[in-house]
Amino acid sequence: MSGGDVKHDYHLVNPSPWPLIGSLAVLTLAIGTVTYMKGLFGMPAGTWAVMALGFAMVIWVMAGWWAQVVKEGRTGDHTPVVQIGLRYGMILFIASEVMFFVAWFWGFFEFSIFWDARTGHTWDSANPLFEEGLNRFKQWPPAGVTTFDPFHLPLMNTLVLLLSGTTVTWSHHALQHGDMKGAKLGLLITIVLGLAFTALQVLEYSHAGFAYDGTLYGSAFFMATGFHGAHVIIGTIFLTVCLIRMYAGNLTPKKHLGFEFAAWYWHFVDVVWLFLFAFVYVTPYLAFETGK
Amino acid sequence: MPMDEIALDHGHDAHDHKPGFVTRWFFSTNHKDIGTLYLVFAMIAGIVGYSLSGLIRWELAAPGIGPMLWIQTNFFGLEGDAAITAAKHFYNVVISYHGLVMIFFMVMPALIGGFGNWFVPLMIGAPDMAFPRMNNISFWLTVASFILACISMTVPGGPGGNGFGGGWTLYPPLSSASGHPGPAMDLLILSLHTAGIASILGAINFIVTILNMRAPGMTMHKMPLFAWSILVTAVLLLLALPVLAGALTMLLTDRNFGSQFFIANGGGDPVMFQHLFWFFGHPEVYIMILPAFGIISHIVSTFSKKPIFGYLGMAYAMVSIGVIGFVVWAHHMYTVGMNVDLKAYFVAATMVIAVPTGIKIFSWIATMWGGSIEFKVPMIWAIGFIFLFTIGGVTGVVLANAGIDHAVHDTYYVVAHFHYVLSLGAVFGLFAGWYYWFEKMFGVKYNTFLATLHFWLMFVGSNVLFFPQHFLGLQGMPRRYIDYYEGFSTWHYVSSVGYAITLLATVVFFVLLIEAAVRRRKATVDAHGHGNPWGEGATTLEWTLPSPPPFHQYNELPVVSGKGGH
Repeated sequence: MSGGDVKHDYHLVNPSPWPLIGSLAVLTLAIGTVTYMKGLFGMPAGTWAVMALGFAMVIWVMAGWWAQVVKEGRTGDHTPVVQIGLRYGMILFIASEVMFFVAWFWGFFEFSIFWDARTGHTWDSANPLFEEGLNRFKQWPPAGVTTFDPFHLPLMNTLVLLLSGTTVTWSHHALQHGDMKGAKLGLLITIVLGLAFTALQVLEYSHAGFAYDGTLYGSAFFMATGFHGAHVIIGTIFLTVCLIRMYAGNLTPKKHLGFEFAAWYWHFVDVVWLFLFAFVYVTPYLAFETGK
Repeated sequence: MPMDEIALDHGHDAHDHKPGFVTRWFFSTNHKDIGTLYLVFAMIAGIVGYSLSGLIRWELAAPGIGPMLWIQTNFFGLEGDAAITAAKHFYNVVISYHGLVMIFFMVMPALIGGFGNWFVPLMIGAPDMAFPRMNNISFWLTVASFILACISMTVPGGPGGNGFGGGWTLYPPLSSASGHPGPAMDLLILSLHTAGIASILGAINFIVTILNMRAPGMTMHKMPLFAWSILVTAVLLLLALPVLAGALTMLLTDRNFGSQFFIANGGGDPVMFQHLFWFFGHPEVYIMILPAFGIISHIVSTFSKKPIFGYLGMAYAMVSIGVIGFVVWAHHMYTVGMNVDLKAYFVAATMVIAVPTGIKIFSWIATMWGGSIEFKVPMIWAIGFIFLFTIGGVTGVVLANAGIDHAVHDTYYVVAHFHYVLSLGAVFGLFAGWYYWFEKMFGVKYNTFLATLHFWLMFVGSNVLFFPQHFLGLQGMPRRYIDYYEGFSTWHYVSSVGYAITLLATVVFFVLLIEAAVRRRKATVDAHGHGNPWGEGATTLEWTLPSPPPFHQYNELPVVSGKGGH
């Protein structure tokens, strides 16, 4: 480490190129994304190569950086006080993720509760298209939208995700008691359930009675559930990495921070789903069915 | 993989291992070096943002469309109506990026990234930040974000030309595909996403450092107020920025993928963007001012040779400013057609903030009361801060009233108000901190005559600049307009003269930096062998270290005794 007589347990990390490369990766990804969407620096819209390069760089940095963290954890840098810090860090990261979902729920609530405030005025517009548009949104869900029946696939998905929450806890308990076989089995089932959720969500999307683009309901629905879905996929990858590390003998009954964080993240994803299920699927459906 | 480990350069001083140049400044995991990087970056971005404000004052010095038209004619070869349209758009671009650059790339990197990184670990007795490597990506992402913003200025934006010209608040439909169809706005969205990621990671780092790495004996209630201010700031960043990220993502998908969040034709609601934006935006203004509060507390205490008056009250005043800051956002939106009950709530909630802010102002005065005051350079900046921030705070109470706000919304009165709290508040706090810690950070002394001259030129200049804007606003001069009728010309001219004075102040500032770098006067070493130029009033832990501190401080953690940390 720093040389000299270090008489504390904090982790003084060695200089690392990853942050600089990571920032270049994000820069490339951002410029590539705008190039793809709009065209930039003489490249026409639809050029995906820069974006793909940026994305690959981001993945490379994440893999390299976290591999380094795992290595440090296994060579004794993660002392008890450092572990506490890492735990705080993960909790705070999840807190910021919660606030990200607040924005999407805020949008959904605003659209579903205050539609009459937006459309209740009497307008003196000569444009018939305007009138038509206004009338479409004088109800929620807007005219022409057929919502999902929450008690078919969405309920199934809820059960799948809740079950995966219990299997990850099973795996955790097994790991704490040194039962590596149970830990691996529980985690494997969790991952399979996570994949099942994603597959069911894809199936559900393909039967949607509304489009993503051009409709407010579609925008609010697909972005909220879509971001949740993205988090499920990230969580599944996180859990898969833990399974691989379990087979590699990386995770011990005493020390398995990566696994704990993956489990926390998984529970967070689970709770977000419960809110989505209650407020995005069930409540509008009931209001729609009963005529509000 | 060879990239994984970069061996430290072990050749030099046995006590103070500094890595080689590239490793030290590009791959850094040292909170002091990263703090310095942030300060240098903020200075560069500050020059950009300050130049943009120069263009604004140049244009507004006289009625009519002048300098902006001249630029379009001479640099872009436009003529006639095309040149006038382009000049108007260019002006809008200038004011938009002035705001964004100053907020995201000057004030925040300097106060939080710069001083926060430098002094939170030193003050709480920690050897470094909790996550030193993540600390570095916060910095480099800020650079990436700034590069994206700069590119965004130069690529097609609105129908009038390059860049985004809808103001730093990015309201749709100005920021929608209909307002600014070009890639400039998309780059700006991704720039702010990147800045947001950087700030969230930084916030996590600060909170963990403060909660987990205080020296033995330093309880939360003994922690220096600057660390408290950064803690509250970091919590605000952590909770507010993701909401902005959500709003920006909605904007991005509205623009590019056909979603309808803010598009009225598709049933969406442009006002909802304003809600989401200000739910972030109002905490954001406290994010900018709270670290300055922390700095001022230390300076006032040091140069009054007294502990800060009402330490706990000061700490919890900041906490309550942070909490209340989350429930007042719609006072930025009184004129959108909000109902009266809602306005009444937001007026009342906003007024409540005057209470903890008053606690801070009165406690600073009470600290000075009966103290043995020395008017050293940081202290005059701090007193300047208190005076100017109070003016900004008082006009804030005026603006909090929805009734009055209907008359002065989007006028120069608002511009004057937020420049008094930010340009003359946060920036004076920033310079106060700069002159308070300069010797500690760089190990050399600055010329006090130049520093005092800098203060007086800045104090006079920025007051001449911004005070007349109150008059302009009350007379009805709207903000974000390139032109005005002749009745406003006198005060606009005076305001631009004020800018010229601050320009002189800025020149003095850079002369001061060069002078200090050339002369290299050795930093003070006091009777205890500590690098403390300020005497008995400076009680926090950073003053027990040499100036500059060793590459890694506190290899043996300091133990804080029963006495208060401050």
